[in-house]
Amino acid sequence: MRQEQQNGRKLKFHILRFNPQIEGDKPKMVTYELTEALGMTVFIALNQIREQHDPSLQFDFVCRAGICGSCAMVINGKPDLACRTLTSKFPKGEITLLPLPAFELIGDLSVNTGKVMRAVSERIEGWIHDKNMGEIDLTKMEVTMDPDLADNIYELERCVECGCCLAACGTKRMRDDFLGAVGFMKVARFLMDTRDKRTEEDMYEIIGDDDGIFGCMSLMGCEDFCPKDLPHQHQIAYLRRKMVTVK
Amino acid sequence: MEQLLSEQVKKSRTPARLDFYQSATGLILGLFMWAHMLLVSSILLGNESMYWVAKSLEASFLSKDPTHGYPILVTFAVLGVFFLFIVHAGLAVRKFPSSWKQHRVFRSHMKMMKHKDTNIWYTQVVTGFIMFFFGSVHLYIMMTHPDKIGPYASSDRFVSDWMWPLYLILLLAVEAHGTIGLYRLAVKWGWFDGKNPVSNRKKLKFLKNLLAIFFIVLGLFTFAAYVKIGIEHRDKQGERYIPSSLTSQAKPEALINYQS
Ligand code: HEM
Ligand code: FES
Repeated sequence: MRQEQQNGRKLKFHILRFNPQIEGDKPKMVTYELTEALGMTVFIALNQIREQHDPSLQFDFVCRAGICGSCAMVINGKPDLACRTLTSKFPKGEITLLPLPAFELIGDLSVNTGKVMRAVSERIEGWIHDKNMGEIDLTKMEVTMDPDLADNIYELERCVECGCCLAACGTKRMRDDFLGAVGFMKVARFLMDTRDKRTEEDMYEIIGDDDGIFGCMSLMGCEDFCPKDLPHQHQIAYLRRKMVTVK
Repeated sequence: MEQLLSEQVKKSRTPARLDFYQSATGLILGLFMWAHMLLVSSILLGNESMYWVAKSLEASFLSKDPTHGYPILVTFAVLGVFFLFIVHAGLAVRKFPSSWKQHRVFRSHMKMMKHKDTNIWYTQVVTGFIMFFFGSVHLYIMMTHPDKIGPYASSDRFVSDWMWPLYLILLLAVEAHGTIGLYRLAVKWGWFDGKNPVSNRKKLKFLKNLLAIFFIVLGLFTFAAYVKIGIEHRDKQGERYIPSSLTSQAKPEALINYQS
């Protein structure tokens, strides 16, 4: 493989092209050829295609390091981050790229994840709730948090809101109102946080129905396709056990 | 109206209950089907073994005459299973794709992702749908003919009564559906997550495949055994099996009773 790469293997990218802004434009697959370079990612390849073949190709990226979550797309059938996917992963050298489903299409490979992620945060009220927040004495030392708890919260906070979990979820694809793994992860995170005074009953109000935790059919797309390997299965099972016992 | 108003204040607990009962009925049915398979497969050990199992389940040990039990017990047992079956189907059918569009989206999602756990859910939907019909037929017959269970009576049902195609489909459907369902339960409620949920899920999946193969193979052998007996017994359809241990001893006694 390495030898092949140094010799510059030919890669074929089949990319869905469609711009909904242009009237009469129809979705079509377009193939671009490229010479593979050492350590090439799908993101690097896309930039080359844009430079060498078609400057109108739309796709998103910011960090190029798997941190911002902007570059998620469907790569050979699997939702993943383009900036973290090496082209050498595909021995046949054929790579099909589609925009993430379950999101509004902006154009080509670019989708509006921001809109959905904002709605998720608003729906689960993804911030610290504390009725006595106003009475906090700023002159006093802040109550310290147990380092293990802080670690556990941080583990769940690693979500980059890329949207792979929603695109990989058959339930979400069928039922648009379903909250999905990104929302459950946030709920689990705030339930864990001792600064958030919301109780399990309060969380039931948010996720206690078939659009929430009881709608999950355990298809495990979120678990198996999360680029950050967040513990979705474990957290969803935990929330389900908590919510089913709420009085 | 009042209920709707109160749900504005406090969310209904019903969705939680429904999810719980869906899982609970599935769990009982899934475990029951394993036990059922093991009991039915007693035919592989010979007619006498199966006869003994059937009679024991009729509680014949409580009766003076060992060839007669209390089949009404079977009727009640089947009634119980039928009840769970209907409740489970009623709850699980909520999850079926509810329109052609949803179905089409799900199928294209499956085709795109080639993801095992997504695909086996669809298997559950299809096998569940099959069981609506075939499972009901089987349960109804057993409920109304509780006395006609035995090495010959059951084999006659396979062959002479033409139940074998239904049983073959039901076998594959229920074993696939049940083992996938039990795996799903473990994942869904996190029963075996332990310290490493990722590797434990892999183990669960392996176990699921192993169990599915075991029960399907056992089921096919059992199926073949009943069909074989059924074919051999075709000319004497309706005749009941009496174990040799009883024919030699019980007969003279019966004669004595008759004479006196
Ligand atoms: C008419 C008959 C049946 C239908 C229509 C049916 C349908 C379904 C469906 C659609 C699911 C998936 C539910 C979900 O994704 O949340 C399911 C789950 C399950 N089924 Fe069935 N099923 C039937 C009979 C049975 C039988 C006979 C068994 C026992 C072998 C069984 C065992 C299970 C189990 C253990 C689950 C997992 C429960 C859960 O996820 O909560 N089902 N069933
Ligand atoms: S560009 Fe930021 S995650 Fe890929």
